[in-house]
Amino acid sequence: MFENLSERLERSFKILKGQGSITEINVAETLKDIRRALLDADVNFKTAKNFTEQVKEKALGQDVLTAVKPQQMMVKIVHDELAELMGGSSTDIELNGNPAVILISGLQGSGKTTFTGKLANFIKSKRGKSPLLVAGDVYRPAAINQLQVLGEQIGVPVYTEEGNTNPVKLAQDGIKEAKSKGHDLVIIDTAGRLAIDEEMMNEISAIKKAVKPHETLFVVDAMTGQDAVNTAKEFNQRLDYDGVVLTKLDGDTRGGAAISIRSVVDKPIKFVGMGEKMDALDVFHPSRMADRILGM
Amino acid sequence: VGKTKVDDDVLDSLEEVLITSDVGVDTTIRIIERIEERVARDRYVNTSELNVILREEIAALLAENEDNQVGDFELPKDKKPYVIMVVGVNGVGKTTTIGKLAHKFKAAGKKVVLGAADTFRAAAIEQLEIWAERVDVPLVKQKMGSDPASVAYDTLSSAISKDADVVIVDTAGRLHNKVNLMNELTKVKNVMQKLVPDAPHEILLILDGSTGQNAFEQAKQFTKATEVSSMAITKLDGTAKGGVVIGVSDQLKVPVKYIGIGEGIEDLQVFNREEFVDSLFGE
Ligand SMILES: Nc1nc2c(ncn2[C@@H]2O[C@H](COP(=O)(O)OP(=O)(O)OP(=O)(O)O)[C@@H](O)[C@H]2O)c(=O)[nH]1
Ligand SMILES: Nc1nc2c(ncn2[C@@H]2O[C@H](COP(=O)(O)OP(=O)(O)OP(=O)(O)O)[C@@H](O)[C@H]2O)c(=O)[nH]1
Ligand SMILES: [K+]
Ligand SMILES: [Mg+2]
Ligand SMILES: [Mg+2]
Repeated sequence: MFENLSERLERSFKILKGQGSITEINVAETLKDIRRALLDADVNFKTAKNFTEQVKEKALGQDVLTAVKPQQMMVKIVHDELAELMGGSSTDIELNGNPAVILISGLQGSGKTTFTGKLANFIKSKRGKSPLLVAGDVYRPAAINQLQVLGEQIGVPVYTEEGNTNPVKLAQDGIKEAKSKGHDLVIIDTAGRLAIDEEMMNEISAIKKAVKPHETLFVVDAMTGQDAVNTAKEFNQRLDYDGVVLTKLDGDTRGGAAISIRSVVDKPIKFVGMGEKMDALDVFHPSRMADRILGM
Repeated sequence: VGKTKVDDDVLDSLEEVLITSDVGVDTTIRIIERIEERVARDRYVNTSELNVILREEIAALLAENEDNQVGDFELPKDKKPYVIMVVGVNGVGKTTTIGKLAHKFKAAGKKVVLGAADTFRAAAIEQLEIWAERVDVPLVKQKMGSDPASVAYDTLSSAISKDADVVIVDTAGRLHNKVNLMNELTKVKNVMQKLVPDAPHEILLILDGSTGQNAFEQAKQFTKATEVSSMAITKLDGTAKGGVVIGVSDQLKVPVKYIGIGEGIEDLQVFNREEFVDSLFGE
């Protein structure tokens, strides 16, 4: 949809040719192109600005003559900085606990319920755990039913309580059930909520407080635009989550939200959703994501 | 936008407002150029004049809704049943918007029939069924996994026999880069014409208000597969502004008809250009 960064830089580097090294003045056009590429990819306005500043600092004084192709050197600087920003120390998932408890959170329609199924499937097959899913969305029409259908597809039981409209109690009961039935993993699906919905944000804080999850994950749609920073920040303030899940990356979005989120919360992106099916889950690769954002 | 002359500071802050509302770089540049042109004669327009110009220029990019001659939730007399097919990528709010729309049409005295042609997603049929019960309108459905085109056909044939005024057909969410799924949508659309030759009369594309620049590609690809004729932007009750729709509406000349402002049955409004533009500037 948009041209990639190398193509853009091809143009602006014509100006740089034969000028020896990169200076404030001759790099200005290039930086504009970089910023533009980031904004087209939905990187947040402020994040793009700060990031471009950082790239400039890295680039200043670099020798353009010895570099085979200056635009390639510049693309590499940008790419590596992006990958660095999105990389994180611990990206593994915390499963110590009996049962280990994972709490799923995020906006409406981001892919929480689907991810809940995928994650159970993933951990069950790759780590040999015995999961129990808790249907904690008591609001959305047929949300419980949806999780039950997914549970059936992957052969994992789903805990529900007819008529219970209290998700905190439901989550606690689910954990009790897991203990009594010998499940060593509980994944709690929750209703979608907006960060500015006080009541609903209080509710998910209360769930977290009550069940003390070993891992809390924030699920976000990869197509999200500028608002990604607000949501990621707000959910983090309320939940102090352990990691981020980017969904719907099987589409053609550049996915700049990944950068925006990492620039406002110091939490690793752990998984990516690559489709609607239960096996369409990948672990996150910062370098691939950097390629994608730059359209490489 | 709080200064008395259109200097670089004003334009910079305008740029920031527009970009952070997801308007996108291209459309932002267009808007700023149009404003620069209009104030070129008089560099010193005051703040309120600038605000007026700004609103006019942005509103001008939003395509006019051509069936404005019929009132909101009224239907053209010569199209009965009036068939609306709802499309969009995953999780944007198609099914919920259908529930809200059905409620509005019913309140306007129309006889509504819903069709559950999302036969793919887990419990999608049950979800629409709950909405149909809430609104108290009939739903046509088959089993999960059945052919969506066949559900659409059944829905129209049931609507005709019931003498319904309006039919709204739900479809499965699909990403616009999946060729097979987009072809399936074309098929669903075409099969309706066996019963109602000019159906669907309206193809409503749902865009999530928090979506960024990818909305352009969504709108393009859905239009290619199904000739989208109107749009709704959902989830505008959050902090996202939905500004990408300005450029999308301008490029494709498709009007925005509705906005979603919550998960409840009443949380649908008819799109108002002026209010939408005002919301970008936090008023
Ligand atoms: N293509 C694609 N679709 C996905 C992916 N993850 C989820 N979906 C789809 O996105 C839509 C929403 O997913 P859900 O899992 O219902 O989202 P949710 O966050 O639980 O939604 P609420 O409970 O309503 O807040 C469904 O159509 C899913 O099939 C993904 O990685 N790729
Ligand atoms: N806050 C808010 N939530 C909304 C709005 N419209 C829909 N939702 C929520 O968004 C989620 C997804 O809505 P659906 O109607 O299931 O979306 P869909 O496009 O049919 O999803 P798929 O069929 O899975 O592709 C649900 O949790 C809805 O309650 C809105 O205007 N505001
Ligand atoms: K979304
Ligand atoms: Mg859900
Ligand atoms: Mg749906």
